[in-house]
Amino acid sequence: MVWMQRACALALAAQSLWLGGCSDQTATGRSGPAGGGLMGVATGGGAGLATGGAAGNSGAGGAGGAALPADDVPVDFFLDIQPILNDYCVRCHGGVRELPLAPRIPLNLQSRAEAAHVLGQAGVPETSILYAKVMADDPNVRMPLGQQALPADKLNKLRRWLFQGAPWPEQWSFAKVTDRLPSEVSVKDEAWIRSPVDRFISHRLSEQNVTPSPLADATTLIRRVSLDLIGLLPTPSEVDAFVGDASPSAYETVVDRLLASPHFGERWGRHWLDLARYSDSDGYEKDRPRPNAWRWRDWVFDSFNQDQGFDQFTIEQIAGDLLPGATPVQVLATGFHRNTLVNREGGIDPEEDRSKRIIDRAATVAEAWLGLTLGCTQCHSHPYDNIKQQEFYKLVAFFNNADDSVKGQDTADPNVDAGELFSVPSTADGQGPMVSAYVLKERAQERRPNYLFIRGDFLDPDKTQALVPGTPAVLPPLSVRGTEPDRLDLARWLVAPENPLTPRVFVNTVWYHLFGQGLVTSLDDFGARAQYPAYPELLDWLAADFVKNGWKRKRLIKEVVMSSTYRQSSVLRTDVPSDPQNAYLYRQNRLRVEAELVPDIALGAAGLLSPKVGGPSVFPPLPPELKDLVRGAFGNFEWLDTEGEDRYRRGAYTFHKRLAIYPNLDVFDWPSASVSTTGRTRANTPLQALATLHDTQFIEAAQGLGRRVQQEKPGSLHDQLVLAFRLATARAPDDNELSKLEALFAKEQAHFAADTAAATAVIGKFMPQGAVADAAAWVITASTILNLDEVLNRE
Amino acid sequence: MHPLVEYDCLTRRKLLTGTAGGIGLAALLSLLKQDRALADVPAALTFAPKAKRCICLFMEGGPSQFDLFANKPKLTELAGQKAPPSLLDGKRFAFISKDAVLLAPNAKRTFKQHGQSGLWFSELLPNVAQHADKICMLNAVTSNQFNHNPAQLVVQAGHNLPGYPSMGSWLNYGLGSENQNLPGYMVLSSAAYISGGVALWSSGFVPSVHSGVLLQPKGDPILNLQPPPGISAAVERDRLDALAELNAAHKQKMMDPEIQTRIENYELSFRMQTEAPELTDLSQESQATLDRYGANRVDPPATFALSNRKPAAGFYANFARQCLLARRMVEKGVRFVNVFSGSWDQHGGLSNEITHLAGGVDQPIAALISDLSERGLLDETLVIWMTEFGRTPLGQTSESADGRDHHPDAFNIFMVGGGIKGGVSHGKTDDIGWSPTENATDIADVHATILRLFGIDHMLLSYPYRGVEQRLTPLTRVSKVIDEIVA
Repeated sequence: MVWMQRACALALAAQSLWLGGCSDQTATGRSGPAGGGLMGVATGGGAGLATGGAAGNSGAGGAGGAALPADDVPVDFFLDIQPILNDYCVRCHGGVRELPLAPRIPLNLQSRAEAAHVLGQAGVPETSILYAKVMADDPNVRMPLGQQALPADKLNKLRRWLFQGAPWPEQWSFAKVTDRLPSEVSVKDEAWIRSPVDRFISHRLSEQNVTPSPLADATTLIRRVSLDLIGLLPTPSEVDAFVGDASPSAYETVVDRLLASPHFGERWGRHWLDLARYSDSDGYEKDRPRPNAWRWRDWVFDSFNQDQGFDQFTIEQIAGDLLPGATPVQVLATGFHRNTLVNREGGIDPEEDRSKRIIDRAATVAEAWLGLTLGCTQCHSHPYDNIKQQEFYKLVAFFNNADDSVKGQDTADPNVDAGELFSVPSTADGQGPMVSAYVLKERAQERRPNYLFIRGDFLDPDKTQALVPGTPAVLPPLSVRGTEPDRLDLARWLVAPENPLTPRVFVNTVWYHLFGQGLVTSLDDFGARAQYPAYPELLDWLAADFVKNGWKRKRLIKEVVMSSTYRQSSVLRTDVPSDPQNAYLYRQNRLRVEAELVPDIALGAAGLLSPKVGGPSVFPPLPPELKDLVRGAFGNFEWLDTEGEDRYRRGAYTFHKRLAIYPNLDVFDWPSASVSTTGRTRANTPLQALATLHDTQFIEAAQGLGRRVQQEKPGSLHDQLVLAFRLATARAPDDNELSKLEALFAKEQAHFAADTAAATAVIGKFMPQGAVADAAAWVITASTILNLDEVLNRE
Repeated sequence: MHPLVEYDCLTRRKLLTGTAGGIGLAALLSLLKQDRALADVPAALTFAPKAKRCICLFMEGGPSQFDLFANKPKLTELAGQKAPPSLLDGKRFAFISKDAVLLAPNAKRTFKQHGQSGLWFSELLPNVAQHADKICMLNAVTSNQFNHNPAQLVVQAGHNLPGYPSMGSWLNYGLGSENQNLPGYMVLSSAAYISGGVALWSSGFVPSVHSGVLLQPKGDPILNLQPPPGISAAVERDRLDALAELNAAHKQKMMDPEIQTRIENYELSFRMQTEAPELTDLSQESQATLDRYGANRVDPPATFALSNRKPAAGFYANFARQCLLARRMVEKGVRFVNVFSGSWDQHGGLSNEITHLAGGVDQPIAALISDLSERGLLDETLVIWMTEFGRTPLGQTSESADGRDHHPDAFNIFMVGGGIKGGVSHGKTDDIGWSPTENATDIADVHATILRLFGIDHMLLSYPYRGVEQRLTPLTRVSKVIDEIVA
């Protein structure tokens, strides 16, 4: 890419916003059409074309409206005011912004000090310039410019806030984690409480006169918790055992079994891979494969399975190589940072690419651990949070002398440069023959000085001041072991007990994976633009409890899934119109499963899915017409469909090629891994239907499922249908479902009996024991079952 | 209305908003009517629509306006001189060092005025030039992005970051599809590479059903479009009927409107199986039409500079076929078609490469305009020739003037049909084409004007996201419709 070769300041500005995952554009689990639901109902104008402006404008004057609270009725900055500033003001007045407005507006709404001159006197809102601007009649003067006037209730909140002296506390997420004990939270329905989590939820729901939903039935629950914890459906016998277990500990037994499963690490480790922007290829136009990347991926899966403390998990990834007496496996953990894109384009300036990588490393650490989007601080101080550009480069400095290149010999692989590899034992316990992996190594000599890049331009370092590595001043101080802070200091700082962000961010992410939405909905942004959590005390209690109990991930997850809150039904409810988005969790959410789980469920039902954990990434069947595309412009790669058991591995092991993502996963929103992904979108499109109806992978699953039920329940179509339905959905079909499927089967059986050639083509490589027409009709019936919306959703 | 019904129906309205004239998917229409969701005529449809469909011809990379439209004899006169410092103050470039480079002549080109209107074209666009009196040429378009990726995002989606709905997605979201059997937004590409990537046709935060669908260059036009061998259309229909019934029953239980969306998506996938192959089957076109577009042309030999992206072999025929496909698509009611060609990013090798590229696109574009016009489609079809930025009057280096850097300060876009005035030259630049001197046209004003041609007030076509009513035009400034160019 010519344009990348010597990108100047603005290019880097745009780039950094992209790489850093700017809050403006990062999707956090929006669920297609449903995502707008709250707005749609709340505003009454959520349809495609906004309704006219009359309603919105009438608020400005306040005339004729319902009585609004008096000036001395208290307002909460985070609940009432910050959202207004975020929604209407800071886009233009949030500090350093690339605005097309000239001259630059001398107003910064990121802290009270900088906004003081527009706030006016306490007790007299009319003295406030801010107030005058939002109240103006002239649309050329009124803020927000070019938009309708603020609604009356928001104007009233601003007015009250200004009247009350415009209190502006420290950003809540940067403040110390409070530890309010659940036992102090009063609840009306003690019987509903199954985990401390429930006390917070129950308290709030009863305050709002909302009753929680009934618990999900046993089958739905075991399916849900199995998908959430290991990403696989329960087998019919597991379902039967749970449904038939009347003991009070039946559910806990299931949860414990799932947490102990080796598939737990695959499921939860894969969530971490999203944050780590894991890929099996380099990215950029050459996009060369990384045949050894999976070794770090397996380390992540092992870490989850062994329930390594999140503190140690953190320390090893950030600075495993610097630990005293570091084991090869601890060094392997630093492969986290080797997931950066690498540009191997001819003529690229290697120093530019290295600069990008270390900037990306710092930004990714900030996003994954601290929930801060610092990509923008590459070029300028943070527009919304109190983090200066120089502080970002002090964070980058931790990575400036960590080289990708270390001693290594694995030159047999033509795709890998010698010298970028490190040898580690091939097994998790540190035994086994040595194999190669990508890691970091701190350089001892010829250490590079650290400079801020002016406007993010690596060619324009600010050499007036050499920087010492450091952490943002707004957060607790860094403890330094030696003369100069190093990565190990950074690692320990991230998980120091006083760090307010790391535990909050992590428990929020866990919550997201169990409910489909975070307690803080902006998973990647805990700064001033963050959504104030619906349950701030719950978030803090979870964070404090997590740290207090050794950062144990399985314990945290168990605490949540044991709750009544988690176990509620996901049926949509009609009686809470004030909260259609379920922010207060009066029900579970119904969620389309993630990309990898779509083939996992289908192949699992078919009995084809390999249970093998770990190992090199695999190449499931790719449509032939895509081979050229995947090969790329440089012919450095060939997608050879894997045969045998590895043809049917879990989706998480599919080779991730950044420029040509495996289409069956891509269509279900598998991340592109250019940047850290905190929450995936959940699209719902016709192209998904084409994939699951027609693609080889899913046809083979239908063939397998058909064959399986014929083998296991010979002679009884009824039993076969029940089994197939149970294998795909965990539950038995009702009479209506059964009769529809029977009718479908009968029709296809007749069709294929009259067309043996078609039947033979449909059966594929799985030769039937019985009649060809039966086998073919079963492929169609099985495919229908596997395409049910219920199969694609976790309810 | 029951709150959940309201929620459900609003959600489905978002999926496919019905329109005053055109209609969303027929299958949904009855449901929407049951829900009385069509009762309120969308308030943003403030104006009588002139355009109903749009073909966007996107020249990826930023073609040199000095080789195509901008006749600047003064530039030739000043060739080899340094640019005046007054021009360079505060300017940033992607590649060139501003004090080292010299003004580059465009004397290699012969410019002539065409038609009654006297619009200027170089000899590289002889066929397009024949349509001068139908064309509205914008000579002074400005953007604030001078690298490809963000600049392409701004031009296609109004923002310099990925994640925003593109023009085609906005139009589909606002107006729905006119064809119930095809996606409302299709993408064709003969470009060597598209810097902005899929974000250029993504639906961003509006429902993903409004995303552009990229047609595959090989095999099924849409991946996995056809069932595997042995599964006939009748069998496929049986399967879908059973699925629809079972899913509908489950929806009654779970009350989740997403299930309805999935039902509709399966139906659309079925209709696409018939419609898409017919659409892409050019054997239904006469030889005369194929020849007119140049669908069987062979690429002339051309050498591209090493660093530049040459379109894949077959570019001349591919682009011609894609223009013809675009016509077939709008004929079938596809709302928005995006056709990409390139790369037009000539930092070097400009003279030869732009000759090759312009030769590839000139005849098909001219044929498209004639064809639409003769079929009576041009009045309702807006054709936009656009790109992410222009190129500098400065040469790329002091040694080689045969290359130019990115220049978003003043570049050309032209539009035809769809209610735009023909034979109009809008906006002027100074003698060397550096800056606008009259009617500078913010790219967002172009967006506002495009929506206006579809009868939409750009301030009102919005979607609530992250607490703000987002729209195609920027929230941070007031964009305006260019009334002078609307017929």
